[in-house]
Amino acid sequence: MTQQNPPLAVLASGLRKSFGGKTVLDGIDLAIPAGTIFALLGPNGAGKTTTVQILSTLIPASAGEVRVAGHDVRTEPDAVRAAIGVTGQFSAVDNLLTGRENLLLMADLAHLDRKEGRRRATELLERFELTEAAARPAMTFSGGMRRRLDLAMTLMIRPRILFLDEPTTGLDPRSRRDVWQIVRDLVASGTTVLLTTQYLEEADQLADRIAVLDRGRLVAEGTADELKRQVPGAHIRLQFATQAELAAAARALNLDGPGTDEDTPTLRIPGDGSAKSLRALLDRLDAHSIEATGLTVHTPDLDDVFLALTGHGN
Amino acid sequence: MSSYAIRDSATMLRRNLLHVVRYPSMTAGVLLIPVFMMLLFRYAFGATLGAGIGTGTGGYINYLTPGIIVLAVSSASVSTAVAVNTDMTEGIINRFRTMAIARVSVLTGHVVGSVIQTVAGAVVVTGLALAVGFRPTAGPAGWLGAIGLVVLLAFACTWVSVALGLLSPNPQGASNSPLPLALLPFLGSTFVPAQAMAPGLRWFAEYQPFTPVIETLRSLLLGTPAGDKPAIACAWCAGLGVAGYLSSRALFNRGAGHSQ
Repeated sequence: MTQQNPPLAVLASGLRKSFGGKTVLDGIDLAIPAGTIFALLGPNGAGKTTTVQILSTLIPASAGEVRVAGHDVRTEPDAVRAAIGVTGQFSAVDNLLTGRENLLLMADLAHLDRKEGRRRATELLERFELTEAAARPAMTFSGGMRRRLDLAMTLMIRPRILFLDEPTTGLDPRSRRDVWQIVRDLVASGTTVLLTTQYLEEADQLADRIAVLDRGRLVAEGTADELKRQVPGAHIRLQFATQAELAAAARALNLDGPGTDEDTPTLRIPGDGSAKSLRALLDRLDAHSIEATGLTVHTPDLDDVFLALTGHGN
Repeated sequence: MSSYAIRDSATMLRRNLLHVVRYPSMTAGVLLIPVFMMLLFRYAFGATLGAGIGTGTGGYINYLTPGIIVLAVSSASVSTAVAVNTDMTEGIINRFRTMAIARVSVLTGHVVGSVIQTVAGAVVVTGLALAVGFRPTAGPAGWLGAIGLVVLLAFACTWVSVALGLLSPNPQGASNSPLPLALLPFLGSTFVPAQAMAPGLRWFAEYQPFTPVIETLRSLLLGTPAGDKPAIACAWCAGLGVAGYLSSRALFNRGAGHSQ
């Protein structure tokens, strides 16, 4: 492996996985710099969980090279395990133990000394707003509390690289924002995060870079803005009361083909929707005494990107 | 990470014992069958069976108890298999698999925990037997041997049940698959000697693993002649234990949660 700058937390090349003849991952390349948030975005069945399972040493790859924290997942799994923490979409808490006991279990398995373990457990319970529930068995926890406990358990072991497989699936909006904040705080303190999600907003909110996974292949990779730029279609829509006004507006704006693809007379004007361009547009209409009944600015979001890249909706 | 094997196993053992302490109903439930059988055969059938075997009325409890102790050990297989299976089908096992811990500790924690539970169950059953008239003639050496045999049998049954628990697709399956093992003492010399059975069953009873174990325990506690039974009993326990251990290890290492 050649020296990288900044160092790569995760490096995968030509990663393939098939289960009994069915190809789930078909040649994935990933390079995640340390200290960044990387989102693997894709619909159900795209191969997100399989990717996380391979990176976290749970299952072997069928082919390809994978290095996590600089170690080969196949030949040095324990060195990889010492660097990572995993929170999957299925709750990985001990239901029969209390919240605090779950955290102390992690402390013991991370070989922390007792005092340090107790101190960290108390600190994490507080940070994740679980102090009041700490003495109750985890089976009595709500979905959001369980996810927070799950994450707190993963953080007990201070992972340098954190894999989060659909960390907010099934959470209410408030719990989702809590998890987002926790992830942001972690990365601010130097942790690398690979998160999988089927929520475009989540990738947009959190990730430095996003890779779009569809049917076992990466169909795009880049920052949220780079991905959005791949999809044309930023435009302004003006609605008019009558077709006559529409035609007048088209003449005034020097548009030859007023694209009226809708029932109401609507004019689509290419443009980025900045305040300046909007003012210029409206001034022009004013000068010709034409009044628009409605105005909307449409910018492509990741949903458009996703649809354009995968050819099917999420 | 093998330097942490003992420490991690101790952590897992603490976890499993905490489960037992917190949810004792499963453990208590396991003792229902041996205790019920002991009382039933002591008070309902004992006089007739004792007369038939030739132990006399008061003597039947002496004949019965070693088999009931073995039954207490074998019935614990069910709770072991269910506990292991439940653990494997829950998300936490994948957490353990992605941590830098001694892998075997997950299984050793279960095994040592189950053996402690099983031996404790056997002690309770023995105590109860003493209360209803069991009068062993064993000296300290006999008792020591008996304890050793029960622990050995508990290890063997536990490793086999761990394998069965790993093999089963769900906890329901895991509660059924150890039943043949758990009920095998019924088809051995628990209640009557093998010689008293019909020819086919007699052949089975003589050659199945629990009969030599029961006969050895009987000999240790009551001084009955043992013959080559102790050697056969130890061989069976060692064989079952090693087979259970090897299958458990292979099943556990075959990859991420088999339930997925």
